[in-house]
Amino acid sequence: MNIIKKLGLAAAMSAALFASAAHAETVKIALVVKSLGNGFFDAANKGAQEAAKELGDVEIIYTGPTKATAEGQIEVINSLIAQKVNAIAVSANDADALVPTLKKAMQRGITVVSWDSGVAPEGRQVHLNPSDTNLIGETIIKLAADHLPEGGDVAILSAASTATNQNAWIDAAKKALPEKFPKINLVATVYGDDDSAKSTDEAKGLLKSYPNLKAIIAPTTVGVVAAAQVVTDQNLIGKVNVTGLALPSEFKKFIDNGTSQGVALWNPIDLGYSAVYLAYDLAVKKDEAKPGAKLSIGRVGEVTLDDTNSAPMAAPFTFDKKNIEEFSKIY
Amino acid sequence: MTLVASAAPQTTSSQGRRLPDRLDKPFRSALLSWEMLLVLIVVAIFVVNSFASPYFLDPWSLSDLSFNFTEKGLIALAMALLIISGEIDLSVAAIMALGSTLMGMAAEAGIATPGLVAIGIGTGLACGAFNGVLVTKLGLPSIVVTIGTMSLFRGLAFIILGDQAYKNYPADFAFFGQGYVAWVFSFELVLFVVAALVFWFLLHRTNFGRRVFTIGNNPIAAQFSGVRVERIKFVLFCLTGLMAGIASVLITSRLGSTRPSIAQGYELEVITMAVLGGVSILGGSGSILGVVLAAVIMGLVTFGLGLLNVPGIVMSIVIGVLLISVIALPILWNRYGPRKAF
Repeated sequence: MNIIKKLGLAAAMSAALFASAAHAETVKIALVVKSLGNGFFDAANKGAQEAAKELGDVEIIYTGPTKATAEGQIEVINSLIAQKVNAIAVSANDADALVPTLKKAMQRGITVVSWDSGVAPEGRQVHLNPSDTNLIGETIIKLAADHLPEGGDVAILSAASTATNQNAWIDAAKKALPEKFPKINLVATVYGDDDSAKSTDEAKGLLKSYPNLKAIIAPTTVGVVAAAQVVTDQNLIGKVNVTGLALPSEFKKFIDNGTSQGVALWNPIDLGYSAVYLAYDLAVKKDEAKPGAKLSIGRVGEVTLDDTNSAPMAAPFTFDKKNIEEFSKIY
Repeated sequence: MTLVASAAPQTTSSQGRRLPDRLDKPFRSALLSWEMLLVLIVVAIFVVNSFASPYFLDPWSLSDLSFNFTEKGLIALAMALLIISGEIDLSVAAIMALGSTLMGMAAEAGIATPGLVAIGIGTGLACGAFNGVLVTKLGLPSIVVTIGTMSLFRGLAFIILGDQAYKNYPADFAFFGQGYVAWVFSFELVLFVVAALVFWFLLHRTNFGRRVFTIGNNPIAAQFSGVRVERIKFVLFCLTGLMAGIASVLITSRLGSTRPSIAQGYELEVITMAVLGGVSILGGSGSILGVVLAAVIMGLVTFGLGLLNVPGIVMSIVIGVLLISVIALPILWNRYGPRKAF
């Protein structure tokens, strides 16, 4: 191999690595998400940028792994620790696996808050729940039950079987079933790993295994789109209602074509916004994170920490034929 | 063990015949400089990163960086030998998951740290032996066998754990993945360096290593030359399993918890390290130095780009481009390079 080829490859590497090294003296808050290229987290970033603009001296570093793994997030967090950011606000792929790395971050003086999908209490100072777990669990069943006055079989299509938040909602949903929705019969819970292909296969499997299925509930933005597409493709519109948690912009067409009567979601923009405010409260205003403490989350209001230093932001919001047009333009 | 004096091609053994790492000589000279190219890349990344980010040359940053490649690198060392012999093991990440799960079970039952380490390493060895038996005794292609065991081992971990997690590890267990031997030198990094030296010696300085190359170049000729092909392949599968077992101890200790999805996708990164390090995917050539450099490069690229907050997908693109170059360059060399000197 001649020297020119060698230099060429080395130069290509360098070019790929090179970026401008502008670093202003501002408060650096890292918004670490489960994986990049996910509309939900892009919306959260929008909110984070809005909070940064309001707070003035804040720079948001929006980052995350390509694949939604705890190992990938640890690599990202290690590089944030090395950059000496002021605060890390993370939506965790694994509540426990991130703890040693985040502990290290806190030892080096970095404020750590988790939001959306939480980290075990010893690995963060504050956790911001998008909503209340019980309320979400109840809401996802209610979305299906409202359109099944005579009751019937429903199934849940979740994300990865290890996803902290999805599991908590499903547990809450199962708890709410016998008391509040006695006519609804949950026949199966399957896992699509937040992967379109796998979610599609799992949805097809559900329709085949349970011919009397009246609704598929997918508390994940990837799964719900996959399930709705399967129901549309198999001409089951009107027979099987697809519902769950969905991004209005991604899901609008399935509400328009009748595959779904309605879906719900909290506002990810508010979530990213509030997470940045919380990080700022602790890192800059030096508010103390302790049970009962009241922390400001800007225009969204104020949260009160419970005995595990976590707090709910707001209740989920339902999108249906009436308002989908408006919200699909926002996120 | 009888030692061959040197791995360099001019070496003559007692029979006065030499055994090159690869038979097509012209390309070999290019291959010899592959490690040189990797060194240049490492230097380039270091220089660029030092200029691009003020945080890069911090000893603790570099120490944190090493965790990006040590576990995968340990497996890549053994994987290199396996690929050189013409086989492959896609189940290594699943072995890590199963090892981690069984360690978690044992920790839950109150077993102390030495027992946990033994279980992790033992699981790796047993899984490797299982792969080895299926490939060598039943004569099945390793790619098919290990695609199967990849699902099997991880499937077992999922059956045992479901959507739960084990996190009751003893406090001293954290040393392997979070502890430091001296100053910024983590246990993982020191272990990787030691293992690299051991594997370098094994591949480039022993008869066993020469036989691995022979098998990879021509298993039938090796068989007729009295090399016990099946046995050596079996040993290589066990070695790969063993290294996956060790990696499983490290990652479990580093994360302080076990979920069945642990180390998901690591097998491809391990194989990428081996191939990027100059190991021919068709078998018969490669070097430990190359693999070590490739492991460091992958760690540097992900960490360096991470410091600049470049999205992960760009890192994947950089690694992908490197990998394709590695595979394409030899072919282009043979087609358009200088005329072969016979």
